[in-house]
Amino acid sequence: MKSKVGLLSLIKQSSCTCSMNSHYNKTPLTAAPFARAFKSPDSNFRFSPSLFLARRFESIKAGKQLDSFGSSVNNQFLDFPGGRVAFTPNMRFISESSEERIPCYRVLDDDGQPFPDSSFVKVSEGVAIKMYNDMVTLQTMDTIFYEAQRQGRISFYLTTSGEEAINIASAAAIKNDDFVVPQYREPGVLLWRGFSMQEFANQCFGNKADYGKGRQMPIHYGSNKHNYFTVSSTIATQLPHAVGAAYALKMDQKDACAVTYFGDGGTSEGDFHAALNFSAVTEAPVIFICRNNGWAISTPISDQFRSDGAVVKGRAYGVRSIRVDGNDALAIYSAVHAAREMAIGEGRPILIEALTYRVGHHTTSDDSTKYRPVDEIEWWRTTQDPVTRFRKWIESNGWWNGDIESELRSSVRKQILHALQEAEKAEKPPISDLFTDVYDVSPSNLREQEHSLRETIKKHPQDYPSNVPI
Amino acid sequence: MAAIFLGVGAATALSPSNCFDSKKFQLSTRRSLSGRKPWFLVVRSDGSVNLGSNQRSRRTQQLITNAVATKADSAASTSASKQGHELLLFEALREGLEEEMDRDPHVCVMGEDVGHYGGSYKVTKGLADKYGDLRVLDTPIAENSFTGMGIGAAMTGLRPIVEGMNMGFLLLAFNQISNNCGMLHYTSGGQFTIPIVIRGPGGVGRQLGAEHSQRLESYFQSIPGIQMVACSTPYNAKGLMKAAIRSENPVILFEHVLLYNLKERIPDEEYICNLEEAEMVRPGEHVTILTYSRMRYHVMQAAKTLVNKGYDPEVIDIRSLKPFDLYTIGNSIKKTHRVLIVEECMRTGGIGASLTAAITENFHDYLDAPIVCLSSQDVPTPYAGTLEEWTVVQPAQIVTAVEQLCQ
Repeated sequence: MKSKVGLLSLIKQSSCTCSMNSHYNKTPLTAAPFARAFKSPDSNFRFSPSLFLARRFESIKAGKQLDSFGSSVNNQFLDFPGGRVAFTPNMRFISESSEERIPCYRVLDDDGQPFPDSSFVKVSEGVAIKMYNDMVTLQTMDTIFYEAQRQGRISFYLTTSGEEAINIASAAAIKNDDFVVPQYREPGVLLWRGFSMQEFANQCFGNKADYGKGRQMPIHYGSNKHNYFTVSSTIATQLPHAVGAAYALKMDQKDACAVTYFGDGGTSEGDFHAALNFSAVTEAPVIFICRNNGWAISTPISDQFRSDGAVVKGRAYGVRSIRVDGNDALAIYSAVHAAREMAIGEGRPILIEALTYRVGHHTTSDDSTKYRPVDEIEWWRTTQDPVTRFRKWIESNGWWNGDIESELRSSVRKQILHALQEAEKAEKPPISDLFTDVYDVSPSNLREQEHSLRETIKKHPQDYPSNVPI
Repeated sequence: MAAIFLGVGAATALSPSNCFDSKKFQLSTRRSLSGRKPWFLVVRSDGSVNLGSNQRSRRTQQLITNAVATKADSAASTSASKQGHELLLFEALREGLEEEMDRDPHVCVMGEDVGHYGGSYKVTKGLADKYGDLRVLDTPIAENSFTGMGIGAAMTGLRPIVEGMNMGFLLLAFNQISNNCGMLHYTSGGQFTIPIVIRGPGGVGRQLGAEHSQRLESYFQSIPGIQMVACSTPYNAKGLMKAAIRSENPVILFEHVLLYNLKERIPDEEYICNLEEAEMVRPGEHVTILTYSRMRYHVMQAAKTLVNKGYDPEVIDIRSLKPFDLYTIGNSIKKTHRVLIVEECMRTGGIGASLTAAITENFHDYLDAPIVCLSSQDVPTPYAGTLEEWTVVQPAQIVTAVEQLCQ
């Protein structure tokens, strides 16, 4: 049995130790005109702004400044709005890309063994087993629900194939009080928090037990008791929501953060840029997790952006970022764990780019073999499967074996099939739920409209579905 | 005189036109730290019953009783107190905002330049000094995103007020307002509420140019799940601001650029205005004139002329743009049988167009003449002062329209 003493503060290892802070340390008091202090009358204000924001300024010194280090003749700096900037006689454009791409943090190799010099946050046996269990459950749920859609039992579905580690490991690294603001490919986070197979199935069938009361299409899960915001189909609109949620947590000085997910395609939306910018300016404790899986429906990365992925965009907004192997559960776990500590402890946003591959189709309405080679899909599915890699790791720890594996898979499968059946049989929500929750209290026009609909149904019962209770 | 009763979840004999459902009294209390909110009933001076919520039960008795009563011809002074204090409309908005921020620590403000600058129309002046930079938050310029941020904060328990520097800028926030603000309460099955207030100045100003003279109420009116109100006097500005903040639904409060400096004496006591109610500005017998926001003043000016000519117009400031207060409006139509709508929206797809449809559907039998709707033309607002004036309905046109209607 190998001992797996994981490491710790990856912060110290990371290269992004805010070297820009050292710039501002030299700034005299009267410069940097537009920085503001986030004061609050409450003197226990927890998130102390970093030095260069600590002052409120009344004037702009636009003229030349005496250089406090050198002679008055050789003015090599100027206090522009935003801070002191050094001059250079060389006209040099910053290259559009660096020589090498930002490297990717990875802990486990393809055989599930940690690299010799890898550092990672220790995961206990209990947590590791739960992580693996949930990854298998997620995988099985995806398979069965996808098939159910093909059989016509549910109307729509989308899988998380290839991204199980991102879902489960990130969920394992955060706490139940942290708000999760998903895109739509993160049911694993809900699964980790205790959402049952039955609850998933209920939402997919839109039956009476669905928390969303049957109003949304499948996979639009949401549960306030699990602190998981309801999925909204629009891309990247959840990113500012996460900033708002983090802002609320910061105002309440809670020991919690907001965690939000989005894909590579989502980084093109305006909301992504503004959300990162806002989070940096408001110093909100939010973790942005980009699932860079290579495809936005049929649009490959090369057509989506020309930067080095999403991770380099963090620096543009003043957000600390890291690139992680999205198929490596331990790497994800460690990165998210560290990110959470920084987000809450330092009051800052963190951007995590998890590189991975979307093994499945975009949704059940898509056939991805039409726009990408089948062998590419197969390669990722077989050689980079995050579930397999993690299993190899727990097996090598002696925490798992083939017997438990088959037992788990068959029991999970039974559970899911049972949940499907029960959900299918269950009653649909009544007609009245078409009109409730538009407002807190139903206004007269909606009550009239409901009445009118009921009259119509009474007159033409054969035109209305018989399984929807009136 | 109206009377107020404190009831918790009480069911009473409710007239069908009241806009609530007695089964829906139980509010979700997930985000309310103070627990269940007591409701109160307001019996209006004309005998109808309305429902409101007052989260601070111990102050109920102090709420002034004619907050929703009809008034004679002056814009909003109360007979309950001759004292009161005078202030300008933007100050009234600020007073309402400040009172709510004092009362509930979850209320916060976000928008461009709302902090130390005090807001482009000074509605939030002084608040950042009092409550801190975090509670009165200056945002970067990205309307869709700070509206989204407000929605996210509201879903987790805050009660944000999002200020659009000009309502026209909220066109950029349309995605968040329509897809998330209006929908998430519904699509989450009632699990998440969005008690957000979106406010800002709109309407045609003095030569602000086409882009800054928009009437967004006409674009937002279809969005399910939101409420819209328009204030027109310091009295109702403060009352509607407070009511909007206390409401569990997303509310869009439309102010008008040219009304911020209106002065009025308002009560010292705390009061709120009902969000779904119209305001009777001038009772009359011959014709019902429906209007809101700045056009109210053009109508009242025309009313003076009309009175001199022997007409007796009934002027109603509809105030609630979504939903319409068809109860008040209907009662008026049943009395006068003639309707004139005066609005600043464009003719096509404006609030007047919807109101015309609603009245025709509901009160067709009571009309002696077709509904006349005076609106702006379907053109972008020109910059030239004279041209701009002619895109806005003027009192002379209103007088002519009434004369024609009453033939």
